Amino acid sequence: MPVSTAHSQLIYTALKQCGVRLLSALPETWLVHLVALGEADPDMTLVRLAKEEEGVGISAGAHLAGVKSAMLMQNHGLLASANGIVSLAQLYRIPLLMLVSYRGEFGEEHPWQTEGGGATEPLLQALRIPYERLEAPDHVAPRILKAQALAEASLRPVALLLCRDLMWEDEV
Amino acid sequence: MKRADALSVIYAELEPCVVVTIMGAVAAELHALGHRPNFFYLEHAMGLASSMGLGIALSRPELTVVVLDGDGSILMNLGSLTTMARYRPPNLIHVVFDNEVLLSVGQSFTTATACGSDIAAMAAAAGIPRTSTVHTVEAFQQAFCEALQAGELTTLVAKVTAQGPTSYFIDVHMLENRFAFQRYLTSPRPPAGSG
Repeated sequence: MPVSTAHSQLIYTALKQCGVRLLSALPETWLVHLVALGEADPDMTLVRLAKEEEGVGISAGAHLAGVKSAMLMQNHGLLASANGIVSLAQLYRIPLLMLVSYRGEFGEEHPWQTEGGGATEPLLQALRIPYERLEAPDHVAPRILKAQALAEASLRPVALLLCRDLMWEDEV
Repeated sequence: MKRADALSVIYAELEPCVVVTIMGAVAAELHALGHRPNFFYLEHAMGLASSMGLGIALSRPELTVVVLDGDGSILMNLGSLTTMARYRPPNLIHVVFDNEVLLSVGQSFTTATACGSDIAAMAAAAGIPRTSTVHTVEAFQQAFCEALQAGELTTLVAKVTAQGPTSYFIDVHMLENRFAFQRYLTSPRPPAGSG
């Protein structure tokens, strides 16, 4: 499968470095290795969701209970979570670490993924959510650790966009 | 059964529990009985109270978590029933006060439970191991105490009249509530309550 195993491992290692112990996820193709890593890790609570917005509630509960968490979802899941992000994570000042696979950018071959690409960054900007793109392996650890630091200091959601060049190994 | 009466008969039992309520009448009526630092009133984000309760229950298995939900709220997040059932935390009691209406916007907008949708049946079908529907205060008190004893994920639906409090005022700011609740949950020696 051309989803990058090595880069998925880098992301997972960075989440562990952040102290993440609970991972809520609604997988898509690019996230399968990350979900599998969470599943195989006895020190990680993996929560497979029915819909991404549930993850906002689960992470809020985990945070208030003293457990660091992260959400794994596709950008369409971010769109589906918007009210929970605003009405729970922002209203109640919850540091929400969101890892969002960024479908619909240049290189996207699936027509049904293309609308979400154009809406993703404008939505994050509209919600005033700080975000960075992870496009190369050397972005992964520093940007995830800095994102977590800002989330914890500001008590607000932050997002990391998992980009095609990081997650997908195009066959040449 | 009035929801306020149902809350009053379990109020003492809630003392050692971690309690997450939905907004509106449930929050106001619980608050009116006496606020405690282990009560969190989710004043917005309809549907996510059960998800928050699940997050707490999975994070802190040594605590008993009680979610006080409503029909309108759980209908917005029915997938939560399947997620709770999937992870089945034995320390989570999910109470749904079902008044068949979105009360805080008036009496006119009924929910689907007014037309036969059965939340306890949906919870059972989702895989929640203990489910029931009760119609009287006495039955509610008994079912709630049994759920506390059972040590197994429970969805308890209480059919209540569509009647709210005279005042929805809560004398605890949302953020004050949030930080005090977090402090309660993360203090080095979690309060053991009266139990």
